[in-house]
Amino acid sequence: MLKKITTVGDSSIICDFGENVDLVTNSHVIKLFRYVKNLAEEKKFKGLLNYTPSYNKLLINFDLEKIKSNKIIEMIKSIDISRIPEDTKSKKHIIPICYDEEFALDLELVEKKLNINFSEITKIHSETIFFVYMIGFIPGHPYMGDMDKKLHLSRIATPRLRVPKGSIGLAEKFCNAYSFEAPGGWNIIGKTPLEFFNVKKDNPSVLSPGDTVKFESFKKSEIKKL
Amino acid sequence: MNSTFLIERPGINSTFQDKGRFGLQHLGVVTSGCMDSFLSDLANKLVGNDLNQPLIEFAYQGPCVKLLKGKVHASITGNIKFKIKKKNKEAIEGITNSSFYLDEGDILDIIATTKSIYGYLAVEGCFDLEKINNSFSTLVKAKIGPNEGEKLIINKKINLNSTINNDNKKLILSFDGKNEIRVLPGKQLNYFSDKSLKDFYSKKYKISNNTDRMGARLEGAKLAHIDSFNIPSEGIAKGSIQVPGDGQPIVLLNDHPTIGGYPKIAHIIAADYDNFIQKQPSSEITFKEVSLKEAEIAFDQYLTYKRKQQYLIK
Repeated sequence: MLKKITTVGDSSIICDFGENVDLVTNSHVIKLFRYVKNLAEEKKFKGLLNYTPSYNKLLINFDLEKIKSNKIIEMIKSIDISRIPEDTKSKKHIIPICYDEEFALDLELVEKKLNINFSEITKIHSETIFFVYMIGFIPGHPYMGDMDKKLHLSRIATPRLRVPKGSIGLAEKFCNAYSFEAPGGWNIIGKTPLEFFNVKKDNPSVLSPGDTVKFESFKKSEIKKL
Repeated sequence: MNSTFLIERPGINSTFQDKGRFGLQHLGVVTSGCMDSFLSDLANKLVGNDLNQPLIEFAYQGPCVKLLKGKVHASITGNIKFKIKKKNKEAIEGITNSSFYLDEGDILDIIATTKSIYGYLAVEGCFDLEKINNSFSTLVKAKIGPNEGEKLIINKKINLNSTINNDNKKLILSFDGKNEIRVLPGKQLNYFSDKSLKDFYSKKYKISNNTDRMGARLEGAKLAHIDSFNIPSEGIAKGSIQVPGDGQPIVLLNDHPTIGGYPKIAHIIAADYDNFIQKQPSSEITFKEVSLKEAEIAFDQYLTYKRKQQYLIK
């Protein structure tokens, strides 16, 4: 539940849901995020610019020309988060993934670190139903959890300068997806042809915080181009 | 009227910007927008535009453009050295913080910003640009914005619908450019030793060369963390000062990452943001802590000054 609200500079506040990084905590964050996003989009509350959920916090940026932090804090305090209804807009996605060796860049490393053979790893991964905790770092890039305990991994020692677009990685209890080529240190176990982000669309990101994701495995030999 | 500029030299970092792209940070898209909102608003005001119109932001060296077709009422704001080369080869020294007319065949050469980084070029009317997700701002690192999300490119054309309804205007501005930047304390102060906090507020920090629209890296007394320098990633706000493992602070600017996991030692107040982002590499600054109340009063004063300058343009 919401533990405290603090100002971040003079033009933002952060709603802090405690120290835990887990699904229960994050689902409260997502509830408040959706409520605030709706207020902003329906223009029911003035001056709200951005609302960014993370594992256990919600950052809200506002226009200091229109409103000051005390008014926003007052508004947030008046919300009973437990009474915000579950969102029905939350989407369930099936994302294709190819675990072929040429895309599983860290196949050997992951097998060695976990001491489990790769086919077992991909089985567990593709059977997991992931919750999108947050999106960020680069546009459309999701942080999804929770990974089965058997697949918890530390990041690779030397991050790659360029992780290919579409790569799917594991680190600690999370799974990510490189929506664009970017530097990164996650353990890469496969690749998806899905376009996560297209700025020209009104809703540019396929995934939103709070959505659920399941991976569906395919072999490169089954399709022409990846 | 339809007018066209040819980009003869794009400049170092010239992009189309407006007030920014809002409501998408939860999808990983930062606001971006004009770095200096005071100067960008003035540029639009000088040509009689609505303040939401896109303009060209440039840094250090600006673009050189030739008006191939039409007539344009343009303005330039900032500490800027520029020239207008007329068709008959006559070269006119430009006067910054003013508006002026360009005739067909004229070349506008924005040579450099002096003692600052950013400047603005506005035109009366509107650049012919595609709005991307409700904004004309360009985020080059993610290729988001008009012009396919790119900086200005040599030999490309810029089309505009220019109007000449307003008289040209001039403003006398003085930039005091104080080297003391006011900040509010960060939320993760418990990550820093007492000595680090004391150093942060008492020693000078130098703006490094490694500074762009994403962030300004500072060099100075190392700010040691007590234990860890990682926090669970959280949303980032413009003007936050984060300290990664090497102990050298980074001020996060308009194109900052949307989330990040380094502790923040302080946040630059909104009233001092424009002043800070104009500091050139090698400038030395100090930080002063103020209260939230003081920050809000300072912002009201900033707004009053800004509106007064806009009023003077009438």
